[in-house]
Amino acid sequence: MCDACPIIDWAAELPTVRSFTARRVSDAMEEFIVWYDRYDPSKKDLVGGKNASLGEMMRAELPVPPGFALTTDAYQLIWQDQYLVEQVNELLRSIDHDDVAKNLETSERIRHLIEAEPVPDRVVDELGQAYDALSKHCGVDDVPVAVRSSATAEDLPDASFAGQQDTFLWITGLPSVIEHVRRCWSSIFTDRALAYRHQMGYLQHQIAMSVAVQKMVDPKASGVAFTLNPTNGDRSQVAVDASWGLGEAVVSGEVTPDNFLVDKVIHEIVHRNVSSKEIEYRLNHGVVEKMPVPDDRKDQPSVTDDDLRAIAQLARRSEKHYGCPQDVEWAIDRHLPEGENVVMLQSRPETVWSQRPAAAVTNGGGTGVSSIVSTLLSPLTGAQATA
Amino acid sequence: MSENRFPSPFEVEAPEGVEGWEELYPYSVVFSDDRRDYEENRFWFWDSMHWGWAMTPWDSTFLEMAIASLSQFNSRHYRIPPADGIDFRVFYGVPYFSPVTIEDGARIESRVPEFMERAGHYFANWDGLYENWLGKIKANIADIESVDFSPLPEMEDMEVITSGSAIGSGHRLQAEYHRFKDLCLKVWQYHFEFLNLGYAAYLDFFGFCKQAFPSIPDLGIAKMVAGIEVDLFRPNEELKVIAQKAIDAGLADVFSNPDDVPGIQAAIAGSEVERYWNEVEEPWFNFSNGTGFYHYDKTWKNSPEIPYAFIRDYIEKIQAGEDITRPIDEITAERDRVVSEYADLLATDEDRQAFEEKLGLARTVFPYVENHNFYIEHWTMSVVWDKLRQLGDNLVKEGVLSETDDVFYIRRDEMDEVLWDVYSAWAVNAPNRGSVYWPPRIERRRDIVAKLRDFQPPKALGEPPTVVTEPFTIMLWGITSESISQWLGTEEGADGLSGMAASPGVAEGKARLVFNPEDIGKVQDGEILVAPITAPSWAPVFPKIRACVTDIGGMMSHAAIVCREYGVPAVTGTGFGSREIKDGQMLRVDGSNGTVEILD
Repeated sequence: MCDACPIIDWAAELPTVRSFTARRVSDAMEEFIVWYDRYDPSKKDLVGGKNASLGEMMRAELPVPPGFALTTDAYQLIWQDQYLVEQVNELLRSIDHDDVAKNLETSERIRHLIEAEPVPDRVVDELGQAYDALSKHCGVDDVPVAVRSSATAEDLPDASFAGQQDTFLWITGLPSVIEHVRRCWSSIFTDRALAYRHQMGYLQHQIAMSVAVQKMVDPKASGVAFTLNPTNGDRSQVAVDASWGLGEAVVSGEVTPDNFLVDKVIHEIVHRNVSSKEIEYRLNHGVVEKMPVPDDRKDQPSVTDDDLRAIAQLARRSEKHYGCPQDVEWAIDRHLPEGENVVMLQSRPETVWSQRPAAAVTNGGGTGVSSIVSTLLSPLTGAQATA
Repeated sequence: MSENRFPSPFEVEAPEGVEGWEELYPYSVVFSDDRRDYEENRFWFWDSMHWGWAMTPWDSTFLEMAIASLSQFNSRHYRIPPADGIDFRVFYGVPYFSPVTIEDGARIESRVPEFMERAGHYFANWDGLYENWLGKIKANIADIESVDFSPLPEMEDMEVITSGSAIGSGHRLQAEYHRFKDLCLKVWQYHFEFLNLGYAAYLDFFGFCKQAFPSIPDLGIAKMVAGIEVDLFRPNEELKVIAQKAIDAGLADVFSNPDDVPGIQAAIAGSEVERYWNEVEEPWFNFSNGTGFYHYDKTWKNSPEIPYAFIRDYIEKIQAGEDITRPIDEITAERDRVVSEYADLLATDEDRQAFEEKLGLARTVFPYVENHNFYIEHWTMSVVWDKLRQLGDNLVKEGVLSETDDVFYIRRDEMDEVLWDVYSAWAVNAPNRGSVYWPPRIERRRDIVAKLRDFQPPKALGEPPTVVTEPFTIMLWGITSESISQWLGTEEGADGLSGMAASPGVAEGKARLVFNPEDIGKVQDGEILVAPITAPSWAPVFPKIRACVTDIGGMMSHAAIVCREYGVPAVTGTGFGSREIKDGQMLRVDGSNGTVEILD
């Protein structure tokens, strides 16, 4: 181990777990719930990387599925239990980083301790209220949610790895949400997370855990959107592929999706090709099932014009937000109210056309009257390209 | 018809009872055996956008003047490198055009510097020249109004004697007719002074946008260029003002029966409504309910029942709490947004600079393209038709015509002879021949024109060009290789039509066919207007209709401009829409994609 790396000394480190806790948690200031649509960057350390990025997307008007963060303040509360701190410290001291099998067992014991720790009433109350509010907003009793860990690591660039991430899907009802919150908290101590922190030389007290609670999307229709026309690279257009049900059908190529082209600026649907969609993937109590599309829907467009405009705007905003052409996965949720039911699932850089330098139009073609001369000599250059 | 060509003008079967129709038009504009070789080997298309119905003899004068003037600016003034004029014929009463393209590269090349110098001068001095143009147009209108077609007197004024001028009223009548014809030609020279250059600059910007954004909808481009406070919209805006004033003055109910013109005039007498009407009537209500190319097109000024009905509709809307004013600030902000967002999407700063430059020029020239229509087709032509009616009145008095509008059944060259006949008979104080010569001939001509109006001639004649490259055919008429092949295809009859996506949106509704401007009043709320072409003065009917379909017209045709302004989905340039669609059929019009579906 090089001298430049911080010395890993669990014994020396342990008190810092508590001091960390003491520093952050004071009854007057604690804040357990941060809704994504009320997120601001000052709360980044409180909600962790995953939640912060969801909150940032909401701030950029990129509509992710609705939800909230259970903050690190809630996590810190469990470390007020001195008995838990001591037991965890003792187990941490026993770790030998060369003994993989033993460490797995140690990790599991630590996690078990955390998961058995009662969640403080104040946290349960606030979490319960937030979950009810979310269910109400979606018009569903005990709305199915995804519960994800969202680690926060002061001054570390790679908090997600440092904390490791756990994701639990289709969680229904408050008791189950609470149970999975605990599992997220404990995921700080997975053997991989411990090993990673050790390898990187990070200190224990640098890591805390927030939890993301987000509505599970149940897509009426879904698909992808490119922020350019993939047939000609035209960056003034958003190309949308859409089909009934979950995105699997489109991604796997099992259906020919409806295909649309929407102008980014005037929001007109400039091209539409509605195809016959034979199958769809649908969710049945969290289980994905492949089903034939009923006759009355199969040849109908899977999205309305208003949906398309919302999808195109979402894709365009994502492109502006990330500063390069995007390939966006979107869905139209069955439960969310009209007007906010188009959600973004994922956005990543478009790779084909983005690699090419955007072609300039002016290639010494002249300006003013000489350009008009060229136009008169070949007035169809543009029109032909349209066809 | 063979598969890939339109019928030859020499093989189209004549409708019954129109024998001798050719003599209604000058010898130079009819297809004839002596020019058959030339004529048969060309492509001719019917300009139903401007002339959707058979013309009377005098009306065809303006066709000739218009197309000769258009041609002259291309061929002799500006030396448009690849295009001379547009040859034209009258065939069964309607005009067919055939662009004269220059294909010889060396000739095109030699015209480039000439064009640059000449067109360059206009582009560089556009605003000043346009200001000058407005002055010329108004002076020309005043000149036309000053033409003296008053009847020949029993005895010359004493002033003729005392001044020693010796020139009498018979000379005056003929000289004034010649002056009138010359002023009419001037109208059309002025009309095309800027138009082709204006379209060229627009097309240049259009082409740039299509290159930068190959899938950009034409509408996006049009939105960036379209003017906001356009004179062409002014007449309709004034009706809204009058509607509000009528409500303010407690005179809203007065307009409930718009056909009662004397009743309304009596009821508004002395009110603010009347005062304001009189203030704006000149020039804004010199507004034709048609294209302005037909003598029988009605103007708001002469037929106030038309604007009264629109005022009634506006009153109802205001009373129902609707805001009918144009939100100028919003429209301006939206235009700025569209421009800046497209500019942001361009690849380089160099592109952005070119974009700004071209857009700047397009916007400089476009007010002319939009406004000339009011100044020429509406205002000037209203004055022209009224002046010819004065001549008609005179000829009724002389016994040559049985009614005023018969004057339009005499060709402009024949009118010289008529006036000579009238003059010399007056001078001799003996019977003229016209009184016995013309009435039966005019009856015959009236019958021929009526039969021709019922006849639907082919959309096009002769060999279609493999590819349309003539810029004005594309710009002015929206005719492209694609539209020609569509026309050829549609001859077979399909249940869908396509055309230009001229104004966005999708709508379903019942078709209402309007072949004559007088029928515009029949359009009911929620119907889809189907017409060979629409006129800007139909604007007040647009808030009523769900969509609009026309036979001919591009993105910048009057119909397209007005439809966009009023937010009504429109498909223009369908070629055959008004022939394929039957009154009352359910239609689905997709103005974003340029398609029309007949649903039953």
